[in-house]
Order: sequence, then structure tokens, then C-alpha cells
Amino acid sequence: MSDRAPALIRVRGLSHTYEPGAGEPVPALRGVDLDVHRGECIALIGGNGSGKSTLAKHLNALLLPTAGEVIVDGLDTRDRDAVWAVRQRVGMIFEHPDDQLIAAVVEEDVAFGCENLGLPPTEIRSRVDEALRTVGLEALRRRPPHLLSGGQKQRVAIAGVLAMRPRCLVLDEATSMLDPAGQREVMETVLRLRDEGLALVLITHSMEEAALADRVVVLAGGTVALSGTPSDVFARDDVLRRLRLEAPPIVALARGLAAAGVPLPPGLLTAPQLADAVAAAYRRGRGGA
Amino acid sequence: MIRCEGVTYVYQRGTPFEATAIEDVSLEIAAGDAVGIIGATGSGKSTLVQHLNGLLRPTAGRVYLDDVDINAREVDRRRVRQQVGLLFQYPEHQLFEETVTADVGFGPRNLGLGPDEVRHRTARALAHVGLDPAVFGPRSPFTLSNGEMRRVAIAGLLAMEPRMLILDEPTAGLDPASRREILDHIMRLRSARGLTIALVSHSMDAVARLCRRVIVLDRGRVVAEGATRDVFADPGRLAALGLGVPQVAECARLLRERGVPVRPDVLTVDEARRAILDALAGRRPAPKNVP
Repeated sequence: MSDRAPALIRVRGLSHTYEPGAGEPVPALRGVDLDVHRGECIALIGGNGSGKSTLAKHLNALLLPTAGEVIVDGLDTRDRDAVWAVRQRVGMIFEHPDDQLIAAVVEEDVAFGCENLGLPPTEIRSRVDEALRTVGLEALRRRPPHLLSGGQKQRVAIAGVLAMRPRCLVLDEATSMLDPAGQREVMETVLRLRDEGLALVLITHSMEEAALADRVVVLAGGTVALSGTPSDVFARDDVLRRLRLEAPPIVALARGLAAAGVPLPPGLLTAPQLADAVAAAYRRGRGGA
Repeated sequence: MIRCEGVTYVYQRGTPFEATAIEDVSLEIAAGDAVGIIGATGSGKSTLVQHLNGLLRPTAGRVYLDDVDINAREVDRRRVRQQVGLLFQYPEHQLFEETVTADVGFGPRNLGLGPDEVRHRTARALAHVGLDPAVFGPRSPFTLSNGEMRRVAIAGLLAMEPRMLILDEPTAGLDPASRREILDHIMRLRSARGLTIALVSHSMDAVARLCRRVIVLDRGRVVAEGATRDVFADPGRLAALGLGVPQVAECARLLRERGVPVRPDVLTVDEARRAILDALAGRRPAPKNVP
């Protein structure tokens, strides 16, 4: 890691304890270390209650550490004067698109965050244009958001965040309410942004989505239980099951085929990768026959 | 068991916001069947299922339960809702009692049943979703995990002793283990108690696991219907409707595109593994042999 540029977000020894009005304090995070780099997609997975959403809320100062620190682009989230700069750098997209859209037409919704930054109107206009182009919704800019599909609504929410020119996008279960086409739309959009240098943190219960990340971080009981490339993490079926997770179906299928003697390379994660590898084995088998 | 004939529903009729949610929908769900209802966002799935237990009244058309028109004047809609239980999305938001036992017993108490019968039904319903009544019964619903809360909500429906369960996205937002547990319990309820199931879901894997038959909605109309295996064997059509197929079915399709003769109608990891091994060994696909 020493040859890499400094991390965009550096989380060190982060603990968070919720103090409910009544009853015992609830520790949600306990000593989490995490680096998020530019142009990197991290999938954050874990069972319900493992601390994923709590961690996400620390990345843009929606929550502040009980202990430890979160440094975003050199800014300490505990520094009260830095809060807005942190939130401009790290944008959040949540699960329910309807909770995030407020304006009467799409382009006003996308402009909302910029207007709050107090930018001049011409600057806002050009940022909104660019953001709508990036998510592929220029044609729908005059539409009322409630008439859009779920996937389109999430792309409007993403455009609103992009117009603030963030360095990192955090998606907390942002596809779980969408139909399969909407899920594809959103994933294609954000992975393209990753390729252009944005950092992505993907919180998801979908192992298929996690398989598309550069790195998978598994949370359990508020600590990092496992971290590595998707192939490394999904190879640890025993640990995953104990943590209420599982490998995606394609990984399970590849493992089953390899166990039955089909010569497959390791690290197959997606349907096209597995299909290519099996087709190659099939051709070799026929060539030999 | 349930039959819809030409059901149309128009929201906010006579206002500028008038919108037709479902149009001329006819379908039949037989007793003991497990049917998946799939469709893109806004295709009318949730509107449709609210007609199946009389929560919505069709603008045109009829809904029959055991050949009785459930919207006829003399029909007691409460009895319909007791027989056909509907689990809404995120049902845990509707838990409100102080204990799990009180929450699950709420419906039976409202039916006017005696305390012994209520207790009996509550315990049985909790056991059916894998929650030990002695352990979970006295707890507050709000101390449970999301998956457990979801199961308490299902137990609340089961305590009404319905003949049919309609589940609208029962596994959304749950971790993989909780998803599997809930689907396992639903499958067991169907096989052990003959419960009829309608599952509304964006998870093609859940539909493939649970349902024998699939109804596909698009912009308020039924556009495809058939055995799950047959519907998912046509990924191109589903993609055009904003849907997908289970990942292993997509893999089978890609293999056929690459010249490997894998049978297209696989639904689970196990079926896909066998189908691929058959193709690699030069064995002919045997469509009828898969359980």
C-alpha cells in the first residue's frame, strides 16, 4: 500500500456507541480501520445490524466518532468548521429515492444542493447540465420526479450529489428497492463514475453487486471481519456463512464445477466470466476428443 | 381459489391526476399453488395484490374468492382479509405492541377469540416462522433484528389462520441468511399446511426458488404467464420488460451463445451445475429429469 497515493478517506480506530434515551448504550462500531482511495469501489457487506450504515454515516459527518477519527481529504469530521466541506466531498444516496427528491421538476432537484452552496446561477446551470448528462437524464430534465421509474429517480439523486462535485459517493442500499433494470442502470452509472476517478462505497445485501467492487470489506459486530478482493473474500464460504452472508450464485456454481473436475481458473465472479471459462473448457474437451 | 376477471383500477378518477394502474387483468390462482408476480417498478403489482383481499375495489371487473364475488354487497370483507393475508413491504414498521406475543395475538383478539385460543394460535404462528414462543414471545418487537421482526409480522398474519398469503417483497433489505430463512419458512408452510402463496418480488432468485408459476405484469397488463422454468428460459423478453433472470439462468444463456449446448431452463445453482456437467460430458440435456 505504501506506493499508493494517500487515501481520500482515512478511518482509524473508529468506535461509535448509540446512547438511547432509556436502556443500555449500544456499541455499533468498535475500532474500525478503513482506507478509501480515489477511483476505487469498496463494497461494505455484513449481516443486518453489523454496523454498515453507522459506518457510512461517519464518512460524511452525519455521525461523529465516539472514539477514533475519520479524515476526509485532510479534513477531520470532528472539526465543526469542516462539516460542510466534508459533506460536499462525500455524497450519500439512500435506499428510498422518494425520500430524497423534493423539487417539482428534475433539474430543480439536481440544482438544490448547489443552490445551498451559494454558487452563482450560471455556474449552477452548467453543473446541473453536466450532472444530468453524466447520469443520462438530459431528456427528462423538465419532468416531475414522481413520474420517473425507480432507477431514474435514483439517477436524479445521484446527479444532485454529482453537481456538488464530490470526491466520493456512498450508496446505502441504493438499489434494494429497484427492479432489475433499475439496479443495472444505477450500477452501470456509478461504476462509470468510479472509472473516471470517483471513490465509491457501496453498502449492499446483494452479493452480486459486491462482486463488482474492487475490494470487499465485511463488517460483523461493529468490526472489520474480513477484507480483500471479491475473489478472496467470496472464497471464504465458512466465514461468510457464520456472518449471515454467502458467496454470489456464480461463485458457488464455479466452485461446484471445479469440485466436479472442470478445469476453471480461480476468481470467477460474474456470469460472463464463468461462461467464457466453461466455454473454453468445452472447446478443449472437444478438441481432445 | 382466487380469480380475477377483467380487473381495471384507475387512481384518482375524474381528477387531472387520473392514472390507470392495472387494466383488464384476468388471472387465476389455484389452492395450494405458489405464484410469483413480477414486473418493473410501476407495472401495477402492488395495486393488483391489494385487489386479491379486497383492500382495493376494482374500477371495472370482478375478483372471486371460491367463486364468490368479494366486492358483492352481502360479502363480509373482514372475512376475506382473514382468509387472504397480505404482508406489506417493510411490515416491521407496523409492529406496535409491547411484546411479540401481544403483537402476533392482535388479529385473533380482534376476531373475538377467547384468551386460550389466542394464546394457542400465537404460539403456533411463532413456531411456524422458527421463533420459539417461550424465548421471543415476552420480548419487545423493537429489540429484534430486522429479519426477526419480519418473521413476527408474518406470524401475525398466520395467527389469523389464512388459506392464502400474499407477500410483497418479503425479503427486501435483509441479509442473505435472513432471506434464506424467510423463504425456507414460507416453502415449509406451503408444503406442510397447503397454504396458497403469491409472492411479489424484484428478486428473480427468490421467485425461482419459491414459485411454480409466474405472472409478468407490464404497464398494468398481464404480458406473460406460465411455469417459472418456462418464463425464465426467455431472458431476452424479460430484459425488455425491465426484468432479469436468476444469475445462473443468465450464465446458461451466455453458454448457449458461446456454443455450449446447456439446457436453458435452469433455476438454481445445483441445476446449473448438473446441466453444465452434462453438456461438458456430451450427455444430452434431459429437461424432464430435473426435480
